[in-house]
Amino acid sequence: MTAALLVFGYGNPSRGDDAIAPVLLQRLNALELPNVEFVTDFQLQVEHALDLVDRELVLFIDASVVAPPPYTFTRLTPQQDASYTSHEMSPAAVLHVYQEIHRTPPPPCFLLGVRGEFFDLGAPLSEDAEKNAEAAFALLRELCANPRREEWENRLS
Amino acid sequence: MTFALETAEHPEKLRRVAIEPISRVEGHGKVTLLLDENNRVHQARFHIVEFRGFEKFIQGRPYWEVPVMVQRLCGICPVSHHLAASKAMDMIVGATLTPAAEKLRRLMHFGQILQSHALHFFHLASPDLLFGFDSDVATRNIVGVIAAYPEIAKKGVLLRKYGQEIIRMTAGKRVHGTGAIPGGVNKNLSRAERDTLLAEIDQMIAWSRDAVELIKKVYTERPDFHSGFGFYRSSFMSLVRADGAMDLYHGGLRARDEHGQTIFDHVDYGHYWDYVHEEVRPWSYMKFPFIRSRGREEGWYRVGPLARVNNCDFIPTPLAEEERKTFTEFGGGSATQATLAYHWTRMIEMLHAAEGIQELLLDDDLSGTDLVAKGERQLRGVGVIEAPRGTLIHHYRINEDEQIVRANLIVSTTHNNHAMNEAVRQVALQYLDGKELTEGLLNHIEVAIRAFDPCLSCATHALGKMPLEVELLDAEGVQIDRRLRNSGEACGV
Repeated sequence: MTAALLVFGYGNPSRGDDAIAPVLLQRLNALELPNVEFVTDFQLQVEHALDLVDRELVLFIDASVVAPPPYTFTRLTPQQDASYTSHEMSPAAVLHVYQEIHRTPPPPCFLLGVRGEFFDLGAPLSEDAEKNAEAAFALLRELCANPRREEWENRLS
Repeated sequence: MTFALETAEHPEKLRRVAIEPISRVEGHGKVTLLLDENNRVHQARFHIVEFRGFEKFIQGRPYWEVPVMVQRLCGICPVSHHLAASKAMDMIVGATLTPAAEKLRRLMHFGQILQSHALHFFHLASPDLLFGFDSDVATRNIVGVIAAYPEIAKKGVLLRKYGQEIIRMTAGKRVHGTGAIPGGVNKNLSRAERDTLLAEIDQMIAWSRDAVELIKKVYTERPDFHSGFGFYRSSFMSLVRADGAMDLYHGGLRARDEHGQTIFDHVDYGHYWDYVHEEVRPWSYMKFPFIRSRGREEGWYRVGPLARVNNCDFIPTPLAEEERKTFTEFGGGSATQATLAYHWTRMIEMLHAAEGIQELLLDDDLSGTDLVAKGERQLRGVGVIEAPRGTLIHHYRINEDEQIVRANLIVSTTHNNHAMNEAVRQVALQYLDGKELTEGLLNHIEVAIRAFDPCLSCATHALGKMPLEVELLDAEGVQIDRRLRNSGEACGV
C-alpha cells in the first residue's frame, strides 16, 4: 500500500550542510508517523518521478544556498529543466518527467529549502545549519500532522 | 612538458572564454579558451577538481567501514566505489571470494553499469544526438527528448529503475547499502527477488538492443561527421579476463597503443604503480596519469567503454559480442578511435550488462549461503574494477590498529583527464577556431566532454549555486558578454 504522503529528502550526509535533509528525515522517521513514506537519496534523478506515483502529497527537502534563513517553503510546478549533465535534476524537472511519462499532472508537490552555508567533505552540520534545521523540523512536524494541500498552501513562504 | 594548444605563448594578449561549470561537482569543472582578436584559438583547457579531499577524509577510519564510507564520494557511481573498496579490503583480509559472493557482487556491478549507461545515453547524450549539437538549447535536453520521443525517454527511466532495483536487492538498501563487505557479501538474493528481476529481464535486454540500434543508426547516418568529431588517436587501458574477454568486475590490466599493439597485458593490478604513474601540471588540480613505459608525452591513454570494447578479444555474451564485431568492423575500423564512439560502445556494454544479469539470475549460487571468506591479514589492499566510466583504482594501507593510514584513488575521469583535454582541443580547432562564438558552437565542446561521461559529481548539492555560465572576457579580463544556461534554484553545488 503506497503511503499518501511522500517526504523525499536529498543530500550527501558526508558533506557538511548538505546533510540537512537526511538529518531531518532521520528525525522525522523516529516519530513513526502513519501513512507517510520517507525516501532519501544523494540527489534527484529521473527514476524518482516513479516515486510520485499514487501519492496525495509530496514534500521535497533539500539544503539551499539561496533560501533566506532559516528556510523557504514553496509550491512546485512541473518545469522544463535545462540541466546539461546526467548528474542531477531539480525537483521541478522530476515533476515534469512524471507529467510526460504518465500524461497526467503530478500530485501536489512542495519544496522545503533549508539554508546551508558550508559543504565541505567530512564536515558536520554548521552551527547556522543546525539552527535552521531546528526551525525546519518544527514546520515539518506541523506539515506531517496536517497532510492536506490547502493547509500546506497556507504555510508557504 | 606541454601539448599543442595546452599553453599559449602570450596569454596576456588573448581573450578568455570560460565555460563553467561543466557540471555540478566537488569544486567544479570548467573549460577555458584563449582567443585572439580574430577568434583564433591559442589555448584550450579542461579543468576539474577531484577526490583528494576524500583520501584525507578516510584516514584514521577502520578498514571495514571503508566500503560504506566511499559511497559518499559520489551519488552517481556509489556502487563502483563500494565494490572497488570492497575488493581492496578483500586483499587486506586475505580472502578469496566464495562463488556466491563473487556472483552477487557481479550482479550488483551489472546493475550499476546498466543504470549508469542508461542514464547517460537516454538522458544526457540523446538530446545532442537526436536534435543536433547546435539545435535550440531550449529543447536540447532530456525534457525535450521526452516531449519528442516519449518512448525513448520512458525506456531510459525504466532501465535505470531496473538497475537501481538490482542494487537495492543486492546491497540491502536503496542508497548507502552495505551489500559488499571485506571478504564477501552480507546477503544473498532470495528466490522471490530473483523471480521479480527475472520477470523483467527480457524486456531490459530488448530495450538495450533497441538502444544499440538507435545509436548505430544515428552514428552511421553521418559516419564521417561522427567519426571525425574531436578525432585523435590514443592508447587504451582496461581490465580483461584471463582469456582476453571483456570483464567489468575483475581481471588483469591490458594496455594497447594507438595502433592496437600491446603495451602490457594481464598485469596484476596489485602493482599498478609499476605501470601507471601520475603527473601534476600546474594549471589543473587533477593529476594526469600516464603509462610509465611510454613516458609522460606518449603515455596518456583512454579508459571506459571505448577502451574496453577495443581492448577485449571478445565479449562473453552473444548479443553484445555480435554488436562488438559490427562496431569494430564498421568503416574498416574507422569508429574505433572516435570520441563519439563512446556512445556506441556504451550501449554495447549496456546490452552486455543486461545479458549478464539474465545469466546470473538463472544461477542458483545467488541464493547460496556461503557468503564470507577469511584469510591472512595484509596491510595493503588494492581493488580495481571497470566502473561505468572506466578503470577505477582504490589503494589503501592500514596500520596494526586496522585504521586507514593512506588512500589513493585513481578514478576513471582522472585516467581520461588528458584524453578529455585532447578532445576539447581538437573540437576547438575543428569548430571554433576563427569563428564568432555561439551557444551552439560552445556546446560542441561540451558534447566532446560528455562523450566520456565524466563523473565530476560527488553528490553534494544545494539549491541555486551552479548555473552554467559562459563568460566572454577581453584581454584585460573585463566581461563583455555572459550567458546563463540554468539559473535560479535549479542546480546544485
